[in-house]
Amino acid sequence: MAMPFYVAPEQFMKDKADFARKNIGRGRPLVATVYSTGVLICAENSSRSLHKVSEIYDRIAFAGVGKYNEFDQLRVSGVQHADIKGYQFSREDVDARSLANLYARYMGNVFTHEMKPLEVEILVAEVGAQPGEDQIFHILYDGTVVDEDRFTALGGEAETITARLARAYKAEWSLGDALKASVHALTGGERELSSRELEVAVLDRGNGRRAFRRVLEAEVAELLAGKQPAAVEAGT
Amino acid sequence: MTLPMFPPGNDPGPNFNEVLHRLGFGPFPGSGPSGAPGAPARSGGLPSGPGMLTAPGGGEGRGPAAPFQVTHGTTICAVRYGDGVIMAGDRRATSGSAIAHRTMEKVHAADTHRGVAIAGAAGPAMEMVRIFQLQLEHYEKVEGQALSLEGKANQLSQMVRANLGMAMQGFVVVPLFAGYDLRRAKGRIYTYDPTGGRYEETDYHADGSGGRDARTTIKLGFTDDMSREEGIDLCVRALWQAADEDSATGGPDAVRGIFPTVATITAQGFERVPEAEVAQAFGRVISHLSSAEVNRTPPPVDPDEPDQGRPSKAPASKAAATRATAARKAK
Repeated sequence: MAMPFYVAPEQFMKDKADFARKNIGRGRPLVATVYSTGVLICAENSSRSLHKVSEIYDRIAFAGVGKYNEFDQLRVSGVQHADIKGYQFSREDVDARSLANLYARYMGNVFTHEMKPLEVEILVAEVGAQPGEDQIFHILYDGTVVDEDRFTALGGEAETITARLARAYKAEWSLGDALKASVHALTGGERELSSRELEVAVLDRGNGRRAFRRVLEAEVAELLAGKQPAAVEAGT
Repeated sequence: MTLPMFPPGNDPGPNFNEVLHRLGFGPFPGSGPSGAPGAPARSGGLPSGPGMLTAPGGGEGRGPAAPFQVTHGTTICAVRYGDGVIMAGDRRATSGSAIAHRTMEKVHAADTHRGVAIAGAAGPAMEMVRIFQLQLEHYEKVEGQALSLEGKANQLSQMVRANLGMAMQGFVVVPLFAGYDLRRAKGRIYTYDPTGGRYEETDYHADGSGGRDARTTIKLGFTDDMSREEGIDLCVRALWQAADEDSATGGPDAVRGIFPTVATITAQGFERVPEAEVAQAFGRVISHLSSAEVNRTPPPVDPDEPDQGRPSKAPASKAAATRATAARKAK
């Protein structure tokens, strides 16, 4: 009978973590930050149809980097969970914290027990009723949850990007300022990112029950150019 | 709770009703082939037999009904007009011959540009509306784009059909679905029968116990491309006539300030007509009807007919007799 080779648990976990980190780092990053009336999520994504940022529930959004099929399955599960919870109890009872914990539990479980860890990092954001009540949860491939209340970055070079965003961040800044700073944080000022290559979405307090809204290419271009688009002034 | 995770070969996809069923919460049987064996219709659990009481509304001809009185919602209607569709419904719910609720809402927004109105057993009907709303939103979120108007109408048809077992026992739900088709830029109306049959109407429809009276009124008053005010007036008139003929349909309640629900669905979306505007429309209908009543010429009375012992009518008969005599003299 062939004996399996002994691998130390430390080595085993380290190998898995390196594998996940390497593959996540290859993907393009995204940033999320709070602004005066909600949460902005800005991703580098040249595809118009394969989204990295999506709606989960009334006040909750999801974003993922890494392997598309893996974070998309997590997204669908999140929508199913949220809709069922809202159906069973009430729409008010669906919150980002409990969803983030469920994601963390699932991802941690996969990391520990499966051959291959998930090659994704995800973000769960919730817009609060008042400024200062917004929540951003950043969940790593091994199930680690990081709770942020101002901004975060996911994917390759996340630390550099977070540092750039930290320098630019101002409390209660406008959507335009937040978007410009986010794009600058993504590029570091070394390259140009056109509105065509960005996927931008917001959770806005002024949007009614479903706070999620995709900011379309034309509006992104206007915001980056410094103009205030009509839609934003109207609070929609 | 755990995160729902389905294996690739057994994924319910964007169907929320199916997700509910896989997890054991669904009130309506799943529509897919996998939903059928695992989830028996709940109607099987209800006792039924010849010895049971029949619901007063059910009648003898319809087979065994629920062993208790079911709360029913009544008249709903939808009319196409220039900008889209107007939907309206009365507010009364009945339980047998008693009024169960005076303020029930039967017209609901299904999503931004679609509305659904319900008639029939109130409990399953409200549940159906709720799941239908969730279903449309769930599909949109999972798939990243909304269903077509026809796709939504078909979804509702499947839910009504899934309720057939319950319908056989007296819990009939008949929805009315209307929406603004953004691709074709026009209002569209879909009607259903209790077996899930789905029919598209070109101009108008009304359902529920007072539906027949409402339909007749709309038929007589309908014209193509009505204005918003004309459309609202027509719906209000139809509900008035339905309430006039059908005891289960509620009219405007001036004492409590309760008026039927009226909503417009246009390119701008589903919008409730403010209650004050509905009250005004009722005011116009009432003044029109009562002036018609006042100016009505009384039918001629035959002077030779013996007085039937109604002293209060005597002066009227005498006056009529005088008129008849005057007429004869004039000849």
